[in-house]
Amino acid sequence: MFPAILFYIFSATIIFSALMVIFSKDPINSVLFLIFSFVNAAGIFLLAGAEFLALILVIVYVGAVAVLFLFVIMMLDFNIENIKKETKKFLPLGLFIGAILFLEISLMIYTPEIFSNEFKIIGKYQISNLSNTEILGNLIYTDYFLQFQLAGFILLVAMIGAIVLTLRHRDYVRRQNISNQINRDSKASIELVDIKLSDRGKNDN
Amino acid sequence: MNLIFENIIFLSSEIILILTALILLMLGAFKKKNSAKIVIYFSFIILIFLSFLEILIPWNSVNIFNNSITQNGFTRLVKAMIYFSSSFAIILSARWLIKYDDKAFEYPILILFSVLGMSLMVSANDLITLYLAIELQSLPLYVLASFKRDNAESSEAGVKYFVLGALSSSLFLFGSSLVYGFSGSIEFDGIYNNIQALETNTAIIIGLVFILSGLIFKISAVPFHMWTPDVYQGSATPVTAFFATAPKLTALCMLINILYGPLSGMQESWYQIVFFVSMASIALGTFSAIRQTNIKRLLAYSSIAHMGFALIGLLSFPNFDGVQSLLIYMLIYLATTLGVFSCIISLEISEGESINEINDLSGISKKFPFTAFTMAMFMFSYAGIPPLGGFFAKYFIFRSAIESGLIFLSIFGLLLSVVGAFYYIRIIKLMYFDEPKTIITKSLSKSLSFTNIVCIIFIVFFIFIITIAPITELTKNAAIALGN
Repeated sequence: MFPAILFYIFSATIIFSALMVIFSKDPINSVLFLIFSFVNAAGIFLLAGAEFLALILVIVYVGAVAVLFLFVIMMLDFNIENIKKETKKFLPLGLFIGAILFLEISLMIYTPEIFSNEFKIIGKYQISNLSNTEILGNLIYTDYFLQFQLAGFILLVAMIGAIVLTLRHRDYVRRQNISNQINRDSKASIELVDIKLSDRGKNDN
Repeated sequence: MNLIFENIIFLSSEIILILTALILLMLGAFKKKNSAKIVIYFSFIILIFLSFLEILIPWNSVNIFNNSITQNGFTRLVKAMIYFSSSFAIILSARWLIKYDDKAFEYPILILFSVLGMSLMVSANDLITLYLAIELQSLPLYVLASFKRDNAESSEAGVKYFVLGALSSSLFLFGSSLVYGFSGSIEFDGIYNNIQALETNTAIIIGLVFILSGLIFKISAVPFHMWTPDVYQGSATPVTAFFATAPKLTALCMLINILYGPLSGMQESWYQIVFFVSMASIALGTFSAIRQTNIKRLLAYSSIAHMGFALIGLLSFPNFDGVQSLLIYMLIYLATTLGVFSCIISLEISEGESINEINDLSGISKKFPFTAFTMAMFMFSYAGIPPLGGFFAKYFIFRSAIESGLIFLSIFGLLLSVVGAFYYIRIIKLMYFDEPKTIITKSLSKSLSFTNIVCIIFIVFFIFIITIAPITELTKNAAIALGN
């Protein structure tokens, strides 16, 4: 009973926020509603017992992709009226693609035999009592240890690449040099100067 | 613990490669002066060392890391070739890189990471490892393509290569997900067994076509060749030299691994695709190269045509002679290409900027007779004039094709290689019989002349090398190892 109520709450919010993504006037609001629908979808994944997918959805989509979206939208200067006109131009195409997707999904739902004969997917692993995260962890850190390391190297290469393509050493930029800062002491930075009384008047000017 | 050690010992060359790359990265980051120079020569020495290591290690067939990596004679020979050609590609760039930016130590390190990806691509034995290795191989290449970041053409080349490369990776990934879904295994042996057990399965054929498209993009054969001329033209010339050599060889050998391994049961499906790709690449590469004025675009089209010739070797399946002739073909192609690029890089129109147009070469024989002579030899070798290496490359390929009954394809290839001879020999005519037009200086770089001399010796004396050195023996053993 309780999970069912939760499911309906989550799905209703997803539908509502998905509609708001399209219909809200401010693009910032659209992105915030998009994030909201992601969070609710994560809730549905949790209800279905796919807690790893839920976490990934929150971390990757909410934490990275949506924030990137927000950045881009805040950086760019949108003219909402123009976008509205563009929307009208592409409306038929969008509706057409939407209709095809809808048809495909309903076909899948109403013809279960599509999964049976020729297009049979052969599963290898039995479902056990372990949670998704535990099963994945067991696999990644034992059987797929080498692949895990490889993924790490790909990330390292991505980092080196980003630095190579964007870091520029300009001579006129003053950079912080921490060891110089720490090694500075009062002797090097404060100079005591004896000023004769007669000079004071000149310095004040 | 013992088990891990037993596995790791077979990956020793990759591990040395990783450690070298990481240590050099640290060295470059903390050493301020001359970092590029040190990193270049150090990685050259390590790669040469690794290539000898790969040949000298006994060629046992082993499957390690839970069947995800396989090491046998074929992978070892291909890896040795990859290391050898990449090491020369690295020292080809020494002078240019130091002129361009003597603190850009990342350049050889990116090449090292790419080489690591290549060596894992060749020995990958399941789809996940293969995909990760492809990504590890191609990510550094995208960065290298746009390495001259202040140059608009270079940035364009990088973006084009990145977008199309990502597209091809996604095609490959989609195909492998279909193959996994409908054969129920990601391991090559498992896929092979399950395909044998199934009757014709349409979904696996779709997956096969997607996987092939992804791989054909990597070797830049015909339906997916469009990126090649732009990327070759835009990138810095030493980077192009690297693009034209090791990645091509790797992708071809990966194609062999997949088509002769897990998908060998679907021969009638992939045979016609490879047949078409090979024919179309030869035709398009040859005819498009005729009208080029930029020398790097010309070499790009010529590499498309050469990939077409090399693919003929794949068609002698299930006979493994074709693999042997393909390996010999690629060996000679690598040597000739590196030699051509060493000539091009050594001729400069301005400080650190090598020649671009074919017309820049006109009349260089008077000023630089040695460079002109070597360039002419490489061009004759590309065209397939005996007794140079290129002739034997084509000879072995066509012999294996005729032995497996591909008479039509052999005649087609022979005719088009005559057409191809036109634009290679035109360069020789320009160098020897035309008047000089642009002022060209020659850079005095030891590493360039070293590469040039090594390649010219290999090409000119190939007929003697093949009688003394065990090239045929090595490639034959590799092909046999693949067959088992």
